[in-house]
Amino acid sequence: MVQISLPKNSKVQKGEYFKDKTGSKNIRKVNIYRWDPSSGKNPRIDTYEVDMDNCPSKVLDLLNKIKNEIDPSLAYRRSCSHGVCGSCAMNMDGKNGLACTKPHSEIKGDINIYPLPHLKVEKDLIGDLSTLYKQYQYIEPWLKNSKKDDGKENLQSTEDRAKLDGLYECIMCACCSTSCPSYWWNGDKYLGPAVLLQLIDGL
Amino acid sequence: MSSYKIIDHEYDVVVLGAGGSGLRAAVGLSEAGLKTACISKVFPTRSHTSAAQGGISAALGNMDEDDWRWHMYDTVKGADWLGDQNCIEYLCKEAPRAVLELERYGVPFSRTEDGKIYQRSFGGMTKNYGNETIQRTCAAADRTGHAILHTMYGQALKHNTEFFIEYFALDLLMKNGECKGLIAWNLNDGTIHRFRAHITILATGGYGKAYYSSTSAHTCTGDGNAMVLRAGLPLQDMEFVQFHPTGIYGHGTLISEGVRGEGGYLLNSKGERFMERYAPKAKDLASRDVVSRSIAVEINEGRGVGKEKDYVHLHLNHLDPKVIEKRLPGISESSRLFANVDVTKEPIPVVPTVHYNMGGIPTNYKAEVITVDGSEKTVPGLMAIGETACVSVHGANRLGSNSLIDLVVFGRAAAKRAAELVKSGTPHEEISNSETEKCLDRFDKLRNGAGSNPTADLRLAMQKTMQSKCAVFRTEKTLNEGVKEIRKLFKGMDSISVKDKSLIFNTDLVETLEFDNLIRQAIVTMDSAYLRKESRGAHAREDFSKRDDKNFMKHTISWCNGSETKIDYRPVHTSTLTNEVQYFPPQERVY
Repeated sequence: MVQISLPKNSKVQKGEYFKDKTGSKNIRKVNIYRWDPSSGKNPRIDTYEVDMDNCPSKVLDLLNKIKNEIDPSLAYRRSCSHGVCGSCAMNMDGKNGLACTKPHSEIKGDINIYPLPHLKVEKDLIGDLSTLYKQYQYIEPWLKNSKKDDGKENLQSTEDRAKLDGLYECIMCACCSTSCPSYWWNGDKYLGPAVLLQLIDGL
Repeated sequence: MSSYKIIDHEYDVVVLGAGGSGLRAAVGLSEAGLKTACISKVFPTRSHTSAAQGGISAALGNMDEDDWRWHMYDTVKGADWLGDQNCIEYLCKEAPRAVLELERYGVPFSRTEDGKIYQRSFGGMTKNYGNETIQRTCAAADRTGHAILHTMYGQALKHNTEFFIEYFALDLLMKNGECKGLIAWNLNDGTIHRFRAHITILATGGYGKAYYSSTSAHTCTGDGNAMVLRAGLPLQDMEFVQFHPTGIYGHGTLISEGVRGEGGYLLNSKGERFMERYAPKAKDLASRDVVSRSIAVEINEGRGVGKEKDYVHLHLNHLDPKVIEKRLPGISESSRLFANVDVTKEPIPVVPTVHYNMGGIPTNYKAEVITVDGSEKTVPGLMAIGETACVSVHGANRLGSNSLIDLVVFGRAAAKRAAELVKSGTPHEEISNSETEKCLDRFDKLRNGAGSNPTADLRLAMQKTMQSKCAVFRTEKTLNEGVKEIRKLFKGMDSISVKDKSLIFNTDLVETLEFDNLIRQAIVTMDSAYLRKESRGAHAREDFSKRDDKNFMKHTISWCNGSETKIDYRPVHTSTLTNEVQYFPPQERVY
């Protein structure tokens, strides 16, 4: 039988437990993947008890509450908070999504939050997306136009413009690519769904 | 500070920020053959330009006859005559060319039946010098910013712009009043980078996060503005903070003015279209400051909707669902997600929400930063563009869709001017280490903060102070309280607490540095507002309810050293750039 041994620091350990200090009767447990590259230690799962009576509806609100009120060292990306910038993509309850649009009420039981799968982790919930960005650059994501610039507007029929709907809106959050097993195993050869969509957009 | 590893770089030009204006400048600089670095604390397509919805203004005349002079008049009036008309002329005249350039770059604009770029109505945009509403705002559905940002990033890649992504800028490198580059912290590996450049272009956006409720991203912390203050240079017109009339109640998510442009309207608890009373002609499409104030008055007088009567309703459920699907798909989604509303059936609960900073780093129309030292002069080596700049084209109040055009027109202007000023490959002067040491002292002090005030607590207190003391309506009393409270919070930084001491993706320290940036801007905003004893555009004083051209037709200039400010003024330009248009003298502003 083949024996596979994992690298020493890849085993995820039990981490700190942050007990509620507010005395709230409405508590949920949030388990979060933590790893600090500077510590030399293994990754761990920290557990936070969170007062849900004073927490807005989305998973990002929950993370912000933990960062602001319990543990400022928690690291994650975030920016627009309304689903257009793609920064806060992560794995929640086993599914990839944007923390700013995912209601925590949709998650039953304890809330488990991990970085996007199969990325090199940079710290806590922050994954390394540099391969995806290189692949995006590789497909030359710009309009190739042979028409000489005459300073005039180019006309485009509404029918032709409609062909771009469903393609140009992608926010490159990487949720789709990092949930694709083929991309996990062959990410060096396979561009993955997010980048391929951009390729269609240019056809 | 020898403990920090410092890596040196040399570039002809460094652009800080990779939103719409930063990318447009970077593309222009690369086209001009200048060795350019573009530095950003987030991946370019995460920049807040992506959140712009409604569109980009330009007098293309695709829907009806239009003229850039009409656009200019609307912008001057929208700005409540605080804008510099030479700069506004430049913006409006260059706008059509800039939009056509975007189209050639590949921005997927919506189209009219005859294949032209679709244009919609927007607040304050009129025909023939204020006569009737015009469709001037070019749109890519309600995702115009996203479309522009992604397209510009593609262009920057095409032009081989060198990016430094997830680098957090700390300070400018100054020598004898000239800018020689900047220092940044690489979040990916914790190293410190010193970028030397003949020209540094700040494109760092606004500082909406100084307020509690804003449409701004978490990252909108005005880092460039604060770097300028720390360099001993002034900011301009910081009291002018735009409240967008329609942020989703309780969450702050933007609902585009494009909704009203497509026929949406506001109702109070009595079911009245109250804007008819405040702006008989333009109604719901009056300029943003006017609509925000009207909503605030409705709420203050008890005609707000809901349990607390503290919001109003935005209706678009009378519109054809096909129009909503085609023209406003994004806001339908946002309303469902953040207000639990089906816009085809129900109204959206909205409230005025902080959205844009008219104030910022003073520049001329070529994007060169200016300062006042006895007389006005440019700061060699430093430029500013986009929301971080105060050209000033928006004066006391920006018109919707005038910000996206500002990004590309002045992004292009900066690149053009830099190409005139810099010869590629010119050697860099020696600079002493004292600037670097000063910068790293501040960095190190904050990093090792072991006091009792967590950054998040100080930030929340600052945001609440700004929200309550420097809001839609202001008075001597609230501002006086604000001036004092905000300084107490600045003092609170002496005992700030930073838990994470590491250097790789230390977001605790990033937020602390961002707070340090925000609080300085909050101080000058409060002081500038306190001293402007008139009402103009977005600055509405209940105790001085009229515009006072005799005493206040002037830009506020503010310096800040620690919590000490110096406030001065400079005149508003009273001439145009060319004789293709005449100066528009001040009038009473009625919509």
